[in-house]
Amino acid sequence: MAPAIQAENLVKTFGDVRALDGVSLDVPEGTVLGLLGPNGAGKTTTVRVLTTLLRPDSGRATVAGVDVLKHPNKVRSLIGLSGQYAAVDEYLTGRENLQMVGELYQMTPRDAKARALELLEWFNLTEAMDRTAKTYSGGMRRRLDLAAALVVRPPVMFLDEPTTGLDPRNRLALWEVIETLVEQGTTLLLTTQYLEEADRLAHDIAVVDHGKVIARGTADELKAQIGGERVEVVVHERGDVTEALAALAPYAKGDPAVEKNTRKITVPVSGGAKVLADVIRELDSRSIEIDDIGLRRPTLDDVFLSLTGHATEAADTDEEQQSPAKGRKGHGKDA
Amino acid sequence: MTTATSHAIGGAVPRQRSGPAAMAHDSWVVAKRNLRRMTRIPEIVVFGLMQPVMFVLLFSYVMGGAIRIPGAQSSSSTYTQFLMAGIFAQTVTFAVAGASAGIAEDMTKGLVDRFRSLPMTRSAVLVGRTLADLVQTAFTLLVLAMVALLVGWRIHEGFPKALAAFGLLLLLGYAFSWIGALIGLSVRSPEAATSAGLIWLFPLTFISNAFVPVSSMPSWLQPIAYWNPFSATVQACRELFGNQVGPTPDSWPMEHAVVVSVVWSIVIMAFFSWLSVRKYRSAVG
Repeated sequence: MAPAIQAENLVKTFGDVRALDGVSLDVPEGTVLGLLGPNGAGKTTTVRVLTTLLRPDSGRATVAGVDVLKHPNKVRSLIGLSGQYAAVDEYLTGRENLQMVGELYQMTPRDAKARALELLEWFNLTEAMDRTAKTYSGGMRRRLDLAAALVVRPPVMFLDEPTTGLDPRNRLALWEVIETLVEQGTTLLLTTQYLEEADRLAHDIAVVDHGKVIARGTADELKAQIGGERVEVVVHERGDVTEALAALAPYAKGDPAVEKNTRKITVPVSGGAKVLADVIRELDSRSIEIDDIGLRRPTLDDVFLSLTGHATEAADTDEEQQSPAKGRKGHGKDA
Repeated sequence: MTTATSHAIGGAVPRQRSGPAAMAHDSWVVAKRNLRRMTRIPEIVVFGLMQPVMFVLLFSYVMGGAIRIPGAQSSSSTYTQFLMAGIFAQTVTFAVAGASAGIAEDMTKGLVDRFRSLPMTRSAVLVGRTLADLVQTAFTLLVLAMVALLVGWRIHEGFPKALAAFGLLLLLGYAFSWIGALIGLSVRSPEAATSAGLIWLFPLTFISNAFVPVSSMPSWLQPIAYWNPFSATVQACRELFGNQVGPTPDSWPMEHAVVVSVVWSIVIMAFFSWLSVRKYRSAVG
């Protein structure tokens, strides 16, 4: 079966900037592709091309089998788009916003109205539906915006950083909605700078940097690409570090890393939980007191860092977004 | 969020419209949205009214006595008759600011992305906006006409001709709102759009027959004032209202004011709507 979303060699330049430098990707029907990358990597530009908002300089793309460049209006009736910042009319009520979108999808006023009520209920906005969106919180606006993208139950959805700037509770709620959509068969292309988000929602991840897809695979495949697991040990006494290194040596698959100040030793290993148990026994038999020990698999952060040479921390450059930034967490490495 | 039951994909089958029917439908939906917005932000409508009302009062009571219309006795009540067509015309051209600010706001707030991702007629966003502005302009004209009647303005050529004059004014206002649309698409910040929408209107409306007789201007300026599209509508309204004070100015566009007014409005509308729609289509937001 043809992929629900397919892009071949998309190129788009803005002046001197090559925003897209030959992006190719495909998303099989019913799956989620996470487009992961820092700000300015080309994620949003890719979405804008695929949602007919922007014409690429070259390349081709199809959505649900329809050529994006040749039949943009046909594509528009098959997709839902929820952008980086909530595209709702703040002087209209929640209900009016959804009804307007429904009518612009060419639904009859009656159908548009019924659908609006259905969505408002699903998104817990029924109580607020007759208030203008201006009075909504950031999380409510995002929900309304996502609801607007779902008016016609589109088979293909594009979510451009759907949770940027949301607090953890709202982020979790949106994830649940997204998971429901996917369960029901929606094909989804999701952009995010949050590794955690891609890890949780996406079947497949494409890492984008400087307008190119630099890696592609499942989260596990990407993690495997940069090497296997490591055992991390924090010994209680600084004087035990040397002894501990000796204890770990038989299991090491590479050079250990030692952080003297934190008394932390990291050793590449293979063999999973069994190795961890062996290491613990070995340390115990040598009477080395440990504060902490764990088997650490690489996070997508590690993947990103090793692929691009820079971390994903880019969240502080998007202040112009009008969504309230309160509650935004520094998405550092999750250990 | 509650669990979903009936949200399976592919449920609604949209109706298929095409061509002018789709365009009319989509424009109407967008116009409805903009009209709703106006009722939610009544300040905009109120301040839009205050400015021309203030002009009527200031010009007729403060400056009216000093401005001499050739071939007529100078008095502030004569001046009021002369002035009103000018104020009406200036008021409708101020629709530019509404259109430019509104469209610039939609562009910056991401709402245009929403519209552009929907299977709707491209130009409907602009047509809907300008139509909503037309409704607002009509409302403003109505209130302004009542204020004008209170300060002594009268029509002398009968109601049908007065209606025709208002028709010309609305046509001019509609044409100008397309200039506003283009400004809104080009400037992209609502604040800049408001001033960019208004600044050029001052020379345009003052280098005209709206507030003073053109014959009082330096001779090099007179042809410009007479050929000003704005002057044609003002002169046409004076004729249709029966507000002509003194003889009709001796200039071709003034002698054929109604026709010239219609032609100018249509030309402006065609040119700027074409430019705006083109710009909207290619806009990279």
